[in-house]
Amino acid sequence: MSEAISPRVPLRVAPRALPRVPTGQDHEDLTKHGIKVTAADVNFFYSEHQALYGINLAVPKNCVTALIGPSGCGKSTFLRCLNRMNDMIDGTLLRGKILLDGEDIYQRGTDVVELRKRVGMVFQKSNPFPKTIYENVAYGPRVAGVKKSVILEEIVEKCLQQAALWDEVQSRLNDSALQLSGGQQQRLCIARALATDPEVLLMDEPASALDPKSTAAIEDLIFELKDTYTIVIVTHNMQQAARVSDQTAFFYEGHLIEVGRTTDMFTHPREKRTEDYITGRFG
Amino acid sequence: MSNLTTAPHLSKIALPGAKLRTYWEHCIHGILLACATISIITTIGIVVILLVESLQFFREVSIIEFLTGTKWSPLLKPQHYGILPLFCGTFLVTAGAAPIAIPVGLGTAVFLSEYATPWLRDVTKPVLEVLAGVPSVVFGYLAVVLVSPLIKAIFPSADIFNAANASVVVGFMILPTIVSISEDVLRSVPRSLREAAYALGATKLDVTVGVVVPAAMSGIMASFLLAIARAAGETMAVTLAAGGTSKLTLNPLESIQTMTAYIVQVVLGDTPAGTPEYRTIFAVGLALFMSTLVLNVLAQWILTRVREKYE
Repeated sequence: MSEAISPRVPLRVAPRALPRVPTGQDHEDLTKHGIKVTAADVNFFYSEHQALYGINLAVPKNCVTALIGPSGCGKSTFLRCLNRMNDMIDGTLLRGKILLDGEDIYQRGTDVVELRKRVGMVFQKSNPFPKTIYENVAYGPRVAGVKKSVILEEIVEKCLQQAALWDEVQSRLNDSALQLSGGQQQRLCIARALATDPEVLLMDEPASALDPKSTAAIEDLIFELKDTYTIVIVTHNMQQAARVSDQTAFFYEGHLIEVGRTTDMFTHPREKRTEDYITGRFG
Repeated sequence: MSNLTTAPHLSKIALPGAKLRTYWEHCIHGILLACATISIITTIGIVVILLVESLQFFREVSIIEFLTGTKWSPLLKPQHYGILPLFCGTFLVTAGAAPIAIPVGLGTAVFLSEYATPWLRDVTKPVLEVLAGVPSVVFGYLAVVLVSPLIKAIFPSADIFNAANASVVVGFMILPTIVSISEDVLRSVPRSLREAAYALGATKLDVTVGVVVPAAMSGIMASFLLAIARAAGETMAVTLAAGGTSKLTLNPLESIQTMTAYIVQVVLGDTPAGTPEYRTIFAVGLALFMSTLVLNVLAQWILTRVREKYE
């Protein structure tokens, strides 16, 4: 657990004006830090229904990968495969391989609990526990065995600062998390996910239920977090994908149609269907 | 269609059958209203009778003596009208039933909602419903023929009829109440909370103990209250198994009498109606009713709040 406490991240990232559209510079070499997650020929089934067909996708380290596509295209399903969240649904089956740092997370004997500590997740609808703000963030470290309150306090403060929530809640850490606004709750959920010190952060439409101001706050946050984490984000919002991601993958009816650098994809999509979708002709 | 029947004054659509239909609709409305009224009137009637007869009783016996007296012997000279021994008897049986029913009931509910496979749940739930359907008189004689000898074997000093006999069977009688309500509230804890916890690397035990049960805690407490109210109102098993001696004691191995068992004794006995001795049953009934009413209202209030929280 010493990993979780070592401040891998500076305590406070100074606020700065963020470029709202990524410049080409950011994308010189997506894989300069290596590949974090690889999906190799992934097929996924809900009982009889096949939801994903032969997905091959490499997620570069310390980059933001956006998964886009119309509703029901399988992008959320794919995201939930990456931390084996779909295991909780009866009758699901995955064929193929998903490699995290080269190791297949679906091989026999994988410790799913350990996997989920390395691959954190933020959900579409903010889902804070009906506990205090402090307890929400401290939950992950606690189940991981951190008991000392000094260490827990340090983690809570660090993560709330990373999630840009500390200034708003530092005086009321012992209030119920349910009293926070929608945007604050979602940032709390991000802080909670960061508290287990994951390597990969999965985000399932994290801003879809939020107002524009909170959305901007979360996008800024994603931008800052990618220095430390590898992020995979599902989004319905094309502008958001263009703003925050380095790589974009377009899913359609369970197939991965196209994947590439975000700048390339939004300027010169190779596939007709990608172009139609990102220009809003369907979806 | 409904416009046709409720608006016969619009002559253009007042077809020949419309008037009859309207009449029929009114009849149905009236019959259903009468059904609803019957249960309301019955409730009010019972409360009024309890109050009127109790007031009559309290004209003859002071309410202070009734509530604070430590001896209860209205049927024997010298008469004493202190309800505390009966109250204590009910308390003793309930307090003995709770430590059996609460852990087993909560454990079963958690098992059914979090751990059991759908198949196992489908088998277990009907069995619990059967348990809920066992007539209380059966529980009563099981207490006498099964539990009593067992307790006597462990504690030779125990009376043959004692509070502990009744506690054991009442504990099992109220089990289904705890299981079914607790399981409902546990299952109503949103799936998203469970997913959030699992996504943080929590084990099943972490999720159950640290998230699901605390989130459902108020509803679980409500199920305890409802079960305790049931235990307090339970009659047959305690009449058969707990003995008939009103005694102010906290020793569960002694023969005691509960409020309900006393009422049975008077109603079945030869106490002449209209005497203060006879009217005691209304006062005792009122006291019992007030206790269980408070528990029920409190539990319903908690459950309503639980439902609001997750809707």
